[in-house]
Amino acid sequence: MLKQFADYVTYTLLKLEPAGHIGDALNFFIYDTLKIFLLLTTIVFAVAVIRAHFPPEKTRKILSHKKVFIGNVMASLLGIVTPFCSCSAVPLFIGFVESGVPLGVTFSFLISSPMVNEVALVMLWGLFGWKIALIYAVTGVVLAISSGIVIGRLRMERYVQDYVWEMKVADTDIVKTAFREKIAYARGYTSELLRKLWPYVVAGIGVGAFVHGYVPTDFVVRYAGRDNPFAVFAAVLIGIPLYSNAAGTIPIVQALVGKGMAMGTVLAFMMSVTAISLPEAVILKNVLKTPLLVTFFGIVGIGIVIVGYLFNAIL
Amino acid sequence: MEIKVLGPGCATCHKMEELAQQAVKELNIDAKIEKVGDIREIMKYTMSTPGLVVNGKLKHSGKPLPGIDKLKELIESEA
Repeated sequence: MLKQFADYVTYTLLKLEPAGHIGDALNFFIYDTLKIFLLLTTIVFAVAVIRAHFPPEKTRKILSHKKVFIGNVMASLLGIVTPFCSCSAVPLFIGFVESGVPLGVTFSFLISSPMVNEVALVMLWGLFGWKIALIYAVTGVVLAISSGIVIGRLRMERYVQDYVWEMKVADTDIVKTAFREKIAYARGYTSELLRKLWPYVVAGIGVGAFVHGYVPTDFVVRYAGRDNPFAVFAAVLIGIPLYSNAAGTIPIVQALVGKGMAMGTVLAFMMSVTAISLPEAVILKNVLKTPLLVTFFGIVGIGIVIVGYLFNAIL
Repeated sequence: MEIKVLGPGCATCHKMEELAQQAVKELNIDAKIEKVGDIREIMKYTMSTPGLVVNGKLKHSGKPLPGIDKLKELIESEA
């Protein structure tokens, strides 16, 4: 239905050539912009309602003293629905650790939270179909679980900054909010998110549209197609200094995929941008000593690279 | 009235501080707004920043930030 509207505007109203560059690009732009904003609004809202049920205090209580594995699984899943601003990373980390949430479990949460977020999933679904979105979500969770378990096993508690263990955290009551308030929260969250994101989404789609209409297929395939063995490594490395909301990257990525970039490389890039970002590292340096920070990045990074190669091979 | 804005310094925490200043102005009350960036201090109240403490009580924590009207309500409730 949206496609028909986009087609109508591009080919009937503006009388552009169906196979021409401008027509292609504009059609892509209109269609994708509408589709994505529609999806974003609905799903972000739905997820926000769920999130309202899981304030960090509640998550912390659920996870405290949980055993390895079950704790990691729960942490990874809760990471998806617990609202978490990256500036809260430090207090959150301290809060969790100090309440008896095992270190590895805390890391599972820290990994899944930024990576498996509903915006990324919506965008992936909207642009690549639900299968890809599901794969991303599932591998993201599995990655969070396993990395968390590995880090836990390494027993690196001594590499957490000392003051963290000495801190007393306020045992804030889990405030009971009425359902109506949760809806209000969800609406506020959705509108603020959209307000913050829309320039990135539009810009991203714009670039995507440009690539869609103008960049020759060969260019991308040559450098980032299935045959380039270094593509995944490069993608993950490039992703580290970048931190972006998932929304901005995906449209660009989509157009590149359309031009031949391997899907595994794409997923790896997205995970790298969101889960292991330099800005977050700078923030985490406040609570983690360098060896642990490096280990964290290293293990997750390796996991992401594996995911990349794996999917390049099977998709 | 003592208002503390808790946050280590990200954009959202600045926004909270701005909103608090605006609220105080619109309510026309005598309030001192203090920005608290020290993690230890912040954690005495909450884990999720940004946080708003009015006269020693935590009135808001985390995202999304309350709207200006809600914020005024929260501040007034401790007056």
